[in-house]
Amino acid sequence: MEKKRRDFMGLSLGLFTAAGGIGALYAMKRTWDPLPSVKAAGFTTIDLVDAQPNKLTVEKWRGKPIFVLKKSADMKKDPRDVVIGDDHFLVAVGLCTHLGCIPAYVGDEHKFKCACHGGEFDASGHQIFGPPPSPLVIPPFTIDGTKLVLGEAGPEFNKMKDSGLIA
Amino acid sequence: MAHFDENAKPFSNKWLDERIGLNTLKRVLNTEYWIPKNINFLWAMGMVLAATFGILLVSGIMLLMYYKPDANLAFDSVNYTIMSEVGYGWLWRHVHGVGASIVFLIIYIHMFTGIYYGSYKRGRELIWLSGMGLFVAFSAEAFSGYMLPWGQMSYWAGMVITNLFSMGSLELNGIVEWIRGDYVPGDAYLTRFFMLHVLLIPLAIIGLIVLHFGTLRLPHVNNQESEEIDFEESAALWKAGKRKESKVIPFSPVFLSKDVFVMGVYFILFFYLVFYHFEFAMDPVNFDPADGLKTPAHIYPEWYFLWSYEILRPFSKDVGLIAFGVAQAALFFLPFIDRSPNVAPAHKRGLFQIWFWVLLIDMIVLTAMGKLPPTNPTFATIGLIAAVLFLALGPILVVITMFEKKIEKGA
Amino acid sequence: MRELKILAVVVFFSLLTYYLVEPYAHSQMHKHVEGHNFVYTGEADIEECAASVKQCKAMGIKTDKAQARESAKKAFWSEVKTIAALKGNATAGEAGFAMCMGCHNGSGVNMGGVVPPSLEHAGALYDKNYLIALIKDPAMASNVDHKYKDTMTHPMGSIKTMFTDNQSIADVVAYVMEKKAGEITSKEAYEEACGRCHAMRYAKLTQLGETPKFKYEKDALAYKIKVLDEQDAVKAYMGKLPPDLSIMIRARSEHFMKTFVENPQSQLPGTSMPRTGLTEEGYEKVKAYLEEVGDPSKPKREATGPWVLGFFFIFTILAYLWKQSQWRDLH
Repeated sequence: MEKKRRDFMGLSLGLFTAAGGIGALYAMKRTWDPLPSVKAAGFTTIDLVDAQPNKLTVEKWRGKPIFVLKKSADMKKDPRDVVIGDDHFLVAVGLCTHLGCIPAYVGDEHKFKCACHGGEFDASGHQIFGPPPSPLVIPPFTIDGTKLVLGEAGPEFNKMKDSGLIA
Repeated sequence: MAHFDENAKPFSNKWLDERIGLNTLKRVLNTEYWIPKNINFLWAMGMVLAATFGILLVSGIMLLMYYKPDANLAFDSVNYTIMSEVGYGWLWRHVHGVGASIVFLIIYIHMFTGIYYGSYKRGRELIWLSGMGLFVAFSAEAFSGYMLPWGQMSYWAGMVITNLFSMGSLELNGIVEWIRGDYVPGDAYLTRFFMLHVLLIPLAIIGLIVLHFGTLRLPHVNNQESEEIDFEESAALWKAGKRKESKVIPFSPVFLSKDVFVMGVYFILFFYLVFYHFEFAMDPVNFDPADGLKTPAHIYPEWYFLWSYEILRPFSKDVGLIAFGVAQAALFFLPFIDRSPNVAPAHKRGLFQIWFWVLLIDMIVLTAMGKLPPTNPTFATIGLIAAVLFLALGPILVVITMFEKKIEKGA
Repeated sequence: MRELKILAVVVFFSLLTYYLVEPYAHSQMHKHVEGHNFVYTGEADIEECAASVKQCKAMGIKTDKAQARESAKKAFWSEVKTIAALKGNATAGEAGFAMCMGCHNGSGVNMGGVVPPSLEHAGALYDKNYLIALIKDPAMASNVDHKYKDTMTHPMGSIKTMFTDNQSIADVVAYVMEKKAGEITSKEAYEEACGRCHAMRYAKLTQLGETPKFKYEKDALAYKIKVLDEQDAVKAYMGKLPPDLSIMIRARSEHFMKTFVENPQSQLPGTSMPRTGLTEEGYEKVKAYLEEVGDPSKPKREATGPWVLGFFFIFTILAYLWKQSQWRDLH
């Protein structure tokens, strides 16, 4: 019994309201976004000038542990190393690529050993034993003198990425 | 055992109807929920309230993501994080603050509409009572919500209102401390009012809304002449296509279309206030962080509580508390103290019409006096007269309605 | 139409209630204070003294002390006027300014309860008359002389021994107005005019300036202690810690802020906050920073408002057309 033109008005009102609803949903999506202060905290600066060879330091970046290991003379160089002057560093996210536990560094063996399921990584972060499927992740970094800024992709990082070393 | 058609396609109309009575629901709640045709825009206030409650709920949910219910963190979580860091946080805060204030304007309009047209009488008593229950629930929700930004007004309003529970000369200070969870409004007080505001009272409000709708369905909505309509007769006329002759319209889509139009006008006002004119809802005093060692020069509740506040003030401590209690309860009894059998709009009820306007103006006077400092003797006197008048209006109504001339049918 | 009449009644009573509860009530709660548009001729100060003389008379108290204050103020500001009429020589004033740098050197050292403010943009921020008055007698100029038995004990009180003749004052002020009047950002304006007493936590500013980032918690805590020490010194000097101004722009009306900054005594009689001497432009710069920090959503709000209102206008029109189409055949 409803004439066609009655539906037209109701339909156009409904569509217009839906458009407004999408606007409201957009505002709600933006409310859910990470806060500027959280995104800003996504950058950490580490000064490497006082790093000791074969002594692991653990920094924090975006809530995650970051392994910084200055390689001693007898440790093998690796294309994944972060090079500052003559010094080679392992800079990697300190989470086992198997299931995310933090592997412990055994200085005498130049190895990282994960207690959870026995995985092992060498001093350049490559997986050498056990379940880990890939090397330790290298975070985006840029070099500023003797300082390392994590969170920002600099030319050295991009070169590694292009060579497929980040994995 | 219900009958199920094996050939009905899953989630089709027939399939759903067999399982959840979809068609019956549609008829009862929408297409055959008969609303009188003889209504004006005031009849849309109920839906406006539902929409505003919905807006408060959604904006509240957004705020809840970032608000920190801790006496040390609350103020900055609102005024820094939400207002400047969160995407559109300022929008939700303004919407929530303005909405909380405007909802009471609509509640009062809705209430006075009911009083004017006698919508609390003849089978509609429970609608009135559940509505008054909603008024109390919304008041508690507003009060608990106002605590949360933990500004100066939050703290001192909390201090003053919880002090009322010492019950005057009874000096029940233990009860006051128990309510607060501390000697003064502090962290414990804030977090428990947070619980009330976010969980308990909203649940009560939702329950009361369901009750309010439930008690409305059988008696049906009232109309501008308060005429007792034969809904079956009119429904039959409508269904026969005689829409002009029928005294009713279906809720959906006819009544709804008027509702939506009124809501449109309302939202223009609402958002104008949200963006351009919000100080009445976001008082500057509450932008000073709470300080237990410094009282603001002027403490006052939000505008919708001022009439109650003013009844408290002119009397001595105990008399004031009793007057306050009586005033809160008085309106609940309206269906029962109106002794007249007439169900008619106020302008047809002789003295009742005068009583109505006196009530309205008295409440506005009480509201105005409640905001003013009590030190001015003229305002204090006006406030006293208005408070006494309010309390007298109950007994006066009994007398007026007992002697009200019965309106003959068709008059 | 009856419905329009009903609407008119509802709107009338709503607006009446609004008027009584907001504009009217607030006018009763806060008496209107007249500002002087950031002109510093002592008019406000002398008026205050005259008012207090009147009050003493009304209360039957002896008026000699109040009257002495009034005459002292009149004499002070008339001398300021004399100095203002002199032609100041900026080159000669440079040597005088070197004396100022003895304390106003940006070293951040607390002197007598407060860190002397930077004068880097003093010519852009402050009023010429005020600067003259300040050098003549800082307590009198900033209208806090009621705190001191002898205004020489003001932290800057000894300056009158350093600038003994009016011409030297005129010269150094001319220097400041000419050479220390460069472009200033609103943040710099805030830091110079207000920052050494008022913290602003939302902008990470304390009385010691911007809070640096620390890697180690120990260093962060050590800095915090430095800040607390400075706050204690300011508190001892002022009587209480000057409030954090992060959200002050929303906690006070526009008129209050304007009149208060121009002359704190006008809104909070007896306060120990000194007059800042900002010009109108200087005040607008400070206000802009207060708004930037305290009401950062204002630009977004004003940009979004028209869109939302426009949406609902169209919504209402469409809703009206739908309603009409539903109700057309019913009456």
